[in-house]
Amino acid sequence: MFHRESGYYKTTYAKDMALYPLPVARWAVAAIVLLLCIAPFALHEYYVSILNLILVATVGALGLNILVGYTGQISIGHAAFMSVGAYTAANLAVKLGWPFWVTLPAGGLMAAAIGAIVGIPSLRIKGLYLAIATLAAQLIIEWTINHTPAISGGVQASIEVPRPTLFGTELKTQTQLYWFLLFFAVLAVVGTLNLVRSRIGRAFIAIRDQDIAAEIIGINIFRYKLLSFAISSFYAGVTGVLYTYYLGIANYEQFTIVTSIDYLAMIIIGGLGSILGSILGAIFVTLLPIAIRLGMENWGGLLFSAADINNLIPNMRLILFGGLIILFLVLEPEGLNRLWRNIRSYFRVWPFSY
Amino acid sequence: MLKLSRLFGGALAAAALLAASSVLAQKKEIVIGLQCDRTGPTQTVGVFLCPGYHDYIALVNSKGGVGGAQIRAMEIDHEYKVPSAVESYERHKKEGAVLISIYGTPQTQALTQRLTEDKIAGTSPGFGTAAAANGDRYPYIFPIAATYWSQAAGAVQFAKDKLGGSLKGKKIAYLFYDNPAGREPLPVLEALVKEEGFEMRTFAVPPPGVEMGAQVLDIVQRFRADFVIAHLFGRSPSVSIKELKRAGYPLSKVVSFVWGASEADITAAGGWAAAEGYYGIQFAGVGSDYPVLKEITEMYKKQGKPAPKEMASTVFYNRGVLIAAIHVEAIRNAVKAKGGTNITPHDVKLGFERIKGFTLGGLVPPLEINNVDHEGGGWVQVFQAKGGKWVKSTEWFKAYPTLLKRMLATHG
Repeated sequence: MFHRESGYYKTTYAKDMALYPLPVARWAVAAIVLLLCIAPFALHEYYVSILNLILVATVGALGLNILVGYTGQISIGHAAFMSVGAYTAANLAVKLGWPFWVTLPAGGLMAAAIGAIVGIPSLRIKGLYLAIATLAAQLIIEWTINHTPAISGGVQASIEVPRPTLFGTELKTQTQLYWFLLFFAVLAVVGTLNLVRSRIGRAFIAIRDQDIAAEIIGINIFRYKLLSFAISSFYAGVTGVLYTYYLGIANYEQFTIVTSIDYLAMIIIGGLGSILGSILGAIFVTLLPIAIRLGMENWGGLLFSAADINNLIPNMRLILFGGLIILFLVLEPEGLNRLWRNIRSYFRVWPFSY
Repeated sequence: MLKLSRLFGGALAAAALLAASSVLAQKKEIVIGLQCDRTGPTQTVGVFLCPGYHDYIALVNSKGGVGGAQIRAMEIDHEYKVPSAVESYERHKKEGAVLISIYGTPQTQALTQRLTEDKIAGTSPGFGTAAAANGDRYPYIFPIAATYWSQAAGAVQFAKDKLGGSLKGKKIAYLFYDNPAGREPLPVLEALVKEEGFEMRTFAVPPPGVEMGAQVLDIVQRFRADFVIAHLFGRSPSVSIKELKRAGYPLSKVVSFVWGASEADITAAGGWAAAEGYYGIQFAGVGSDYPVLKEITEMYKKQGKPAPKEMASTVFYNRGVLIAAIHVEAIRNAVKAKGGTNITPHDVKLGFERIKGFTLGGLVPPLEINNVDHEGGGWVQVFQAKGGKWVKSTEWFKAYPTLLKRMLATHG
């Protein structure tokens, strides 16, 4: 109805390789980018802070999706890679005084290196076995950070980090940090979009679908599995660094196993093996608790007394959060991304669906 | 099932509440941002602490509030998660909160820099870092209660008193949860080893802290400790009581830090009879023998309601009351200094720094908070599990203040 795929002829290689070949998609992306640029001016600081949390979560979810969704390897140790990135950047920023544009990639690379090592068991084991191996990595990394003052910066295991500065300006308000985080989130999205359609990305997908078949057609499993772990951990490391700069402190308690599971929830709800799904999942998991609380604050008074509400809101939030996740997954096991695709394909032929 | 009549009654009550709140809205109200954890890993604390907080605020409001303004404690449950805590802080700021009652160590650390930039005071009673007691370094963080450093000093002082006034040649075991909070008191303990000349050995309990048979056997049979200082969280304090008891160690030679000394820990350890003799350090008075608690019961009675069941857990409930009381006192100081209720967060920060001689009938220690000391002196009190309840064993005291001050200056 609103757009047609037919009638657009790709006459050059550049056109054939464009990220969004259809004008309607390009317009949609342009509109989203425009909205993202207007947002900090139109919204109260509070809503900008929520956007910031979503932006950080998006980078982490994208990284985890590369590993779990595209390569089919599971990891429940991703929060640990985030802490590796966070502490690397924090130490470099504090002890050596390096600026964020050096510490950020450094944190990512350190996490990538550790991630590649943790990925070694994936060459021999799969599925649940790999889950346990990565869980072990989470515990080992947590313990190491905790017991090495050289990394953790003392018994408190937290390092205060100065705010990032750009051209002499300290980025510290939520709006300033929004631009900082948005830049890296967009970079991560564009990077992933290109990665998954490159040779590397296609190798990942082949391994996910059937690793023996992939090996037979000439994909070096050893290399690509470890590469997937490294790239995914790089994203996680960057997430940790972004978090560190956003909060102004690196603290291992922000990256516990619960965080790992939150990120897994994001990509499962959003849709495994999909970039839009990672973004939608990050938005959903961040916003849902806030939305439920707002709803309870506004309308909970109709059913319950004021004293009960304080106790009810958090509990209702947990119940509704769990319930909605189950509901969404029953409605569409492939996640929000698939839900969106269904809507889109419905309107594609609407109103003449036969 | 919710009965129809109850639903109807609830709706009526809500309508009355809405009407009441719209009347209140015309008056000035002072907003406090209250972070809670009623559903996360530390929910066993939150479900008692937060109602205590709200009850004290309700009591203040029933007496006309502060300077004619009502106080609204806006509670947000963050499930002990850092992103949620950041979001809830920004929400509180949007609502115009004059101070933030932070909950949780990682949350305190995540918000420290933001609070300083926004010039809003945040309190971290019983968690956060001990260095925050130094008001010069952390101008907007207020521990307002004994930090782990002060608790460590208090525990050693207590052991010294129990062991006959001298620790020379004595053996003290430090049994701790192996996380940053558990290790935080180590520098203080090591400094005290030098000062008092006792022998200390540390016994780490790895998370989740339900396995400590080996450590306890070591303490009792190999090290033969004269006194045990325990710093454990969650389920582990009850396990430590059980294991020490099984190994035949007298519980009257064990003193626990503040998070291992609640009614719930005693119940989980097998009841009061099993834990008879066990000592616990507190930063808020324990028991129901305080005038303010009677006033809260009276307030409920006037409304025709029974006293809330949370009051039975006096350790955490009283801590909630203490935190609320100190907050209200800071607001009261700010209102007094400003001469009106249109106070800013910075006024409240200065209000905290004028808290002195406010004891609430013994529930609050004789705090003296000023612009350098945000802890208020590091007062602790030791209670003992005895005959089915916590019995006061010492008065409020602060231990080794000069040593702690020196360490704050050098380590902070």
